[in-house]
Amino acid sequence: MYYLQFLLSNLGRKKVRTILTLLSIMIAFLLFGLLRSLAAAFDQGAEIAGEDRLISINKISLIQPLPEAYLAKVQALDGVDKATSANWFGGYYQEAKNQFPQFPVVADDYFDIYSNMISLPPEQMKAWKSNRIGVVIGEGLVKRFNWKIGDRIPLIGLFPREDGSTTWEFVVEGIYETKSKSADVNTMLMHYDYFDEARQYAKGTLGWLVIRVKDPKQAVQVATAVDALFSNSPAETKTSSEKEFAKSFAKQFGDIGLITTLILGAVFFTMLLVAGNTMAQSFRERIPELAILKTLGFSDRAVMIMVLMEAIAISLIGGLAGLLLAKLMITGAAVSMASTLPGLNLSGVMMLVGVGLMLAFGVLTGFIPALQGLRLNIVTALRRR
Amino acid sequence: MTALESQSLVTDELLVQLKGIAKLYKKGKEQVKVLSNLDLDIHRGDFLALMGPSGSGKTTLLNLLGGLDKPSSGELIIGGQRLDQMSSSQLTKWRARHVGFIFQFYNLMPVLTAEKNVELPLLLTNLSSKERKHHVAAALELVGLSNRAKHYPSELSGGQEQRVAIARALVSDPDLLLCDEPTGDLDRATADEILALLQTLNQQQQKTIIMVTHDPRAADHARHILHMDKGALVNDGRTTHAEH
Repeated sequence: MYYLQFLLSNLGRKKVRTILTLLSIMIAFLLFGLLRSLAAAFDQGAEIAGEDRLISINKISLIQPLPEAYLAKVQALDGVDKATSANWFGGYYQEAKNQFPQFPVVADDYFDIYSNMISLPPEQMKAWKSNRIGVVIGEGLVKRFNWKIGDRIPLIGLFPREDGSTTWEFVVEGIYETKSKSADVNTMLMHYDYFDEARQYAKGTLGWLVIRVKDPKQAVQVATAVDALFSNSPAETKTSSEKEFAKSFAKQFGDIGLITTLILGAVFFTMLLVAGNTMAQSFRERIPELAILKTLGFSDRAVMIMVLMEAIAISLIGGLAGLLLAKLMITGAAVSMASTLPGLNLSGVMMLVGVGLMLAFGVLTGFIPALQGLRLNIVTALRRR
Repeated sequence: MTALESQSLVTDELLVQLKGIAKLYKKGKEQVKVLSNLDLDIHRGDFLALMGPSGSGKTTLLNLLGGLDKPSSGELIIGGQRLDQMSSSQLTKWRARHVGFIFQFYNLMPVLTAEKNVELPLLLTNLSSKERKHHVAAALELVGLSNRAKHYPSELSGGQEQRVAIARALVSDPDLLLCDEPTGDLDRATADEILALLQTLNQQQQKTIIMVTHDPRAADHARHILHMDKGALVNDGRTTHAEH
């Protein structure tokens, strides 16, 4: 208790300097929290992707379709347990800003292949399957638009209907449940049959194939077999694990992880110099006091630890304030960005990494002053008084 | 108590023994001899004033006696322990148990209150928080500053700061009090109060005190005065009796 009071009293010695140092560390860790959360949200697709699922897309680009006939051919391959498809609908609700993922799928197959992540109550599945314009939605959309089962939802679609209109009307028939915290709750699933029949062009094509392999160890061979099956055809495929697919999808926005790491590296390096210099200055001002502590009988190591603890305390106080602020901001932003960046969250693990960084930062900034404290010669130091 | 009676409190027990002590410092490539072949005996309960011109080696001798520095040669025995043979960490532990320091500029921690400053040396003991507080209160009462316990050094006068420093030096009940110009920063009246306090501690608490001073009036408060010049004791270490 005494040492804690002593430490806090020392921090309050030059209030303006301490506050400015704390603020700069707080900003550094605020940036850490925000940027790492952003990077994690972009990377989340890769994190939640199953190892036993493969994604097959057109080799030219994801937006190029695949013939519908591919599905049956893939299903017939050795090592394939189940295959289904999904398309990109690309619509919005009322205003262009109200965008969220909408996928035309085959109901039973899609829920079967993603059974580890989502589920639908049987009665809702039955109702959905019996309604051609029926859709099922995630909890996120329920909260965002106050939709409920039975609501009629008009969407402005990317694809025009046969009559030239881009307005598509759907009826909510179910709300799917997620089995994992990181599963997307902002998706709308509709019937592929209805979509394909009603759209004006590109009929009989699929956006991508989702393939579940019998044995995850055989995933590479199955992927190679799928691509070999369609090589030299007008629509060659590129098949990869779902994790790889999610990563490459996120990389369309740039290597977010690398960008955030570079920014944070620059921020922390600058902070290290600034806070390190401040700590060194604070230490120099107190050399005679540290010499007195040694005179009274405090060991070299005890004085070193006191100096080090002060640096760590500054880092922890500023850093925790920054992380808590980041948490508040991320929590607030997560709701409004739910559609564009689902899963935006400052996780507990990230907070722990932050605390680890704070400790490392404190040790680094306090290392040289602490070493000087360890080596401080009492007689020489007292002469400076 | 008369001067004669007070002198009788000095015991026959030798507390400090210096045998052929020398101290050399390196200044560039040259070696400077600060103390040379010093022999000195100090009895328990003595109050000794060390006088001499600047650079005569007074503070260096005080540093050796306080275990802050080690002699280049010779034997330094305090309370039966060979300080010249101790390692740096052993000297640190020894200082915490056996010696209290009083400096010219008080050297209190500005961020701590008077009572917290006095408590500092007790952190190195096994005393509980309650026991420490009891000792601190007793030490502050001894120096007449019980009513200033919660004050910070910046809220105290120079004399009061020095009293807090004396309380800090006393609180762990050391064998030896070492004072380096304890009145050098004080006006005459306050200096006399501090010296009177040191005398009281010597006479009533039987504290052995060694005080470095330039001031003959301050030295007059000691039982004995020792003169130094050019790193040696003048008159072969014979002491002068101060007049009380």
